[in-house]
Amino acid sequence: MTTRVFGERVERREDPRLLRGEGRYLDDLGHDALEVAFVRSPHAHARVLDVDVTAALDVEGLVAIYTHEDLPGRLADPLPLLIPHPALTAPRTAHALAKDLVRHVGEPVVMVVAADRYLAEDAADRVRVTYEVLPPVVGLDRAEEVAAHLVQEVGDVDAALAAAPRTLELRLDIERSASTPLEGRGVYARWDADDQRLRVYSSTQTPTSVRFAVAAILGLPDSQVECVAPDVGGGFGVKIMHPWPEEVLVPWAARLLGREVKYTEDRREHFVAATHERAQEQHVRVGFDDDGRILALDVRFLHDHGAYTPYGIIVPIITSTQLPGPYVLPAYRVEFSSLYTNTVPVTPYRGAGRPQAAFCMERTVDRIAAELGLDRAEVRRRNIVQPEQMPYDLGLTFQDGRPAIYDSGDFPATLRMITDLIGWDDFPRRKAEAAAEGRRIGIGLACYVEGTGVGPYEGGHVQVEPNGRVNVSTGLSSQGQGHQTVFAQIVATELGVPMEDVHVVTGDTRRFGYAVGTFASRAAVMSGNAIALAARELRAKALRIAADALEASPDDLEIVEGIVRVKGSPDAAIPLRTVAVLSNPLRYSFSEESRAATQFSLPVRGGPPVPRGEAPGLEGRDYYSPERSTFANGMHAAIVEVDPETADVTILRYAVVHDCGNLINPMIVEGQIHGGVAQGVAGALYERMAYDEHGQLQNASFMDFLMPYATEVPHIEIAHLETPSPLNPLGIKGAGEAGVIPGSAVLAAAIEDATGVAIARMPVSPSELFELQGGSA
Amino acid sequence: MKPPPFRWSSPGTTAEAVALLAADPRAKVLAGGQSLIPLLNMRLASPPHLVDINRVAELDAVEVTGDGVRVGALVRQAHLERDEAARKVCPLLGDALPLVAHPVIRNRGTVVGSIAHGDPAAELPAVAALLGATVRIASAAGVRDVPADVFFVAPLETALRPGELVTSVWFPAVPPATGTAVVELSRRHGDYALCGVAATVDRETGAARAAYLGVAPVPLVLDLPADDPGGYAAASVDPEADIHATAAYRRHLATVLTRRALAAARDRP
Repeated sequence: MTTRVFGERVERREDPRLLRGEGRYLDDLGHDALEVAFVRSPHAHARVLDVDVTAALDVEGLVAIYTHEDLPGRLADPLPLLIPHPALTAPRTAHALAKDLVRHVGEPVVMVVAADRYLAEDAADRVRVTYEVLPPVVGLDRAEEVAAHLVQEVGDVDAALAAAPRTLELRLDIERSASTPLEGRGVYARWDADDQRLRVYSSTQTPTSVRFAVAAILGLPDSQVECVAPDVGGGFGVKIMHPWPEEVLVPWAARLLGREVKYTEDRREHFVAATHERAQEQHVRVGFDDDGRILALDVRFLHDHGAYTPYGIIVPIITSTQLPGPYVLPAYRVEFSSLYTNTVPVTPYRGAGRPQAAFCMERTVDRIAAELGLDRAEVRRRNIVQPEQMPYDLGLTFQDGRPAIYDSGDFPATLRMITDLIGWDDFPRRKAEAAAEGRRIGIGLACYVEGTGVGPYEGGHVQVEPNGRVNVSTGLSSQGQGHQTVFAQIVATELGVPMEDVHVVTGDTRRFGYAVGTFASRAAVMSGNAIALAARELRAKALRIAADALEASPDDLEIVEGIVRVKGSPDAAIPLRTVAVLSNPLRYSFSEESRAATQFSLPVRGGPPVPRGEAPGLEGRDYYSPERSTFANGMHAAIVEVDPETADVTILRYAVVHDCGNLINPMIVEGQIHGGVAQGVAGALYERMAYDEHGQLQNASFMDFLMPYATEVPHIEIAHLETPSPLNPLGIKGAGEAGVIPGSAVLAAAIEDATGVAIARMPVSPSELFELQGGSA
Repeated sequence: MKPPPFRWSSPGTTAEAVALLAADPRAKVLAGGQSLIPLLNMRLASPPHLVDINRVAELDAVEVTGDGVRVGALVRQAHLERDEAARKVCPLLGDALPLVAHPVIRNRGTVVGSIAHGDPAAELPAVAALLGATVRIASAAGVRDVPADVFFVAPLETALRPGELVTSVWFPAVPPATGTAVVELSRRHGDYALCGVAATVDRETGAARAAYLGVAPVPLVLDLPADDPGGYAAASVDPEADIHATAAYRRHLATVLTRRALAAARDRP
């Protein structure tokens, strides 16, 4: 009936521009700006005794050197605690520039502004900082200082464990990794003295929040600060953090100096001065019956929070509440302690506590199966939530402070699909065949449920210009997700206009001021629905105006390919662009199109030209604010081969079944899964943050931090299941993080199956697997 | 990650280049820059003067005869990788070059630069050592030829003296009836190997020789016994532990990869 591009594999409209090298990333802006380098702490824990800048002063091109003493007002205070929580009893945030103490290697101590980055680094090299080195705390086994402690319990876990016919205990460990987007952080600011306005460009996931944070800390009215996220070369969570020290210091210096100022983070800085995630030590007790049914789960874990807690305890809360996955847990207790260490702070990285949760739950289910000699898929089948149990209330409080309730899903169907896709039932035969050839292969399976689309809200604005161009804006930003494509698909479908007419702007506070940000697999759910609602509002208005012009009832009208027409009599029609003209009664005409809306062209009716309750212009603005999060789910399966001599692991097959409700664009969802799986493989086999006992990161480069190349990422087989969410108008769920979540769990299971060696720590390298096998071939 | 200031010279001939190096003993030679530029950017090295030999056309030559291959100081790794005549005379070069980092790095990186850098984890020094290559060195005082076995002194340390420039490396042809192979295990494609073995096997006598990378301070060349060559290799290497692997694992790899390299060399048509 009408243009339905929702659900189609529409090619990403971002790509031609980006592939031609026409992207405008942060460092592509501000060619003439002054540039910034930082003197960063070389010590993990130290007192700053003295800063001597004398030797730096004769560097040609030096403009300014700032230390904490130079910072005025709120800029001298600790940076904001973004997400307070009652359990976060000892919160701590850093200063923009270190005051007295440094708590991790890489913490900024001195800011240098110079004509370019080369000269800024020359000057920074000559600044002499005197430290009194203090003993550092590195690693969870030495951490003692508690930032937060939280217990959640559903049912009587002690009683259920005591009554369980069988119990098991596990100790599991997950190491640190990090988002490591290809584009690091960056901020560029200019103060317009004529307009008295500060414009901040930041490579951020949260431009509206950066705007408000900068305004608050610099003591400026919100109306004098604007923030734009230009093209952003990946975020994966690390750019959710705000304000970074650099994000307030650069705008402050720009205003103070009356000059454009830019800071572009380099790779080494990103490793030691941004944020990391993942590291947990988990202790599990599980009670179950002889059929493998789980009766009680008791998890206690330690979470390495690094030096500061600017983003609160979101990560361990997500681990706590997503740990049950698709399983019915009659009794569940989870207790965590977030501990301070002298390492880079921890904030969410794609998955945000869920990969740890899935590793914990899935390793536990595999151990139950092994203990009972049961098939691992069968044990899962016996424990998963059934479709008729939906909505399924976990009885826990999720990361948005609201109840964790699975809104929809068909877990038995997902399980059937994944075992069919990977050939689970036939695998024992294949394994025996391989063994006869001296090869060791193994299979693994892992499940997850992911809370997505967290609130509080997002907004959307849709407007039709008199030339037919449809402008769409939303406040949240893009880091490569394909928002310009999927939001255009939504609007084209809702309005009934060609997709080529729809133009999307994201992440620019000049265009849309209210927003939360792009993280937590929320952009499609939140802004997608807000934009759909705004488009529906616009459509209703267009039908009202067109009904008036066509002397028909709005209920009898439809919009097809940008034309409003009477259903059943397509000759009675008016283009949407003409409706846009009519929506804005004019005194002056500048074009052929607008002539029709001038005062002597329009028929004179009773009442004012713009009726009360209406506004000029053909536009709609609406917001979507969900009552609670919507939960996507999926299952991964992998087949690996482990070299019997070298313990080198090769992934032979990797299969994904994924249910994120209605798909807006299956190709883009698959791209999200591909990227997520790559990061899952990374966390399972390659990436770790190798701190030594002094708190020095030994692998702060892409040479020694082993981000997998395309050559290390397997071909990924994907099947979709679409169980719509009943919570939002489009029936969609988030898909951004899903791919990464079960990576460590599924590969640990497959390696364990291939080698017979228990895998309880991720990542695992060939050298470690060799040691686990007893150091022999 | 921006380099400190340095003087840059761009000589047009070898004679000009060595004159500049003689005048400034702390000067460094810039060719492909794949090791030097990262060191500069991370400010781990701050030579006051870079002598950029990229304009010295006479150094950009591969000479192939029946006796061997002479590779000039400006020949890119990617260039030699695609040189069929050179690969025919020295199949080991063709085996080893695809294992050197990634294509974009090989497009800039030079064969001679990798040898002059003297990284014991790199493939080309091991190949040079195994084949008995000769390193030709020019300076204001003249030209000298240094055999590979004395050229590599310690990790990242060679017999090259201040003021000297490696102008070419001579790889002798592999004798007839000799099979060759390079086998290595790296964490990711193109990474420095945890352990690597380049091997030659005389198919008539069975004599086997191998060079080891990543498990000794310099490329280690061993004449392998017929009986348990892997065990002999494991006893001879001197690996160190790092964040990627233990010393014991690397030693174990020396055994396994020796076996695999010899088998591959023997089977080579």
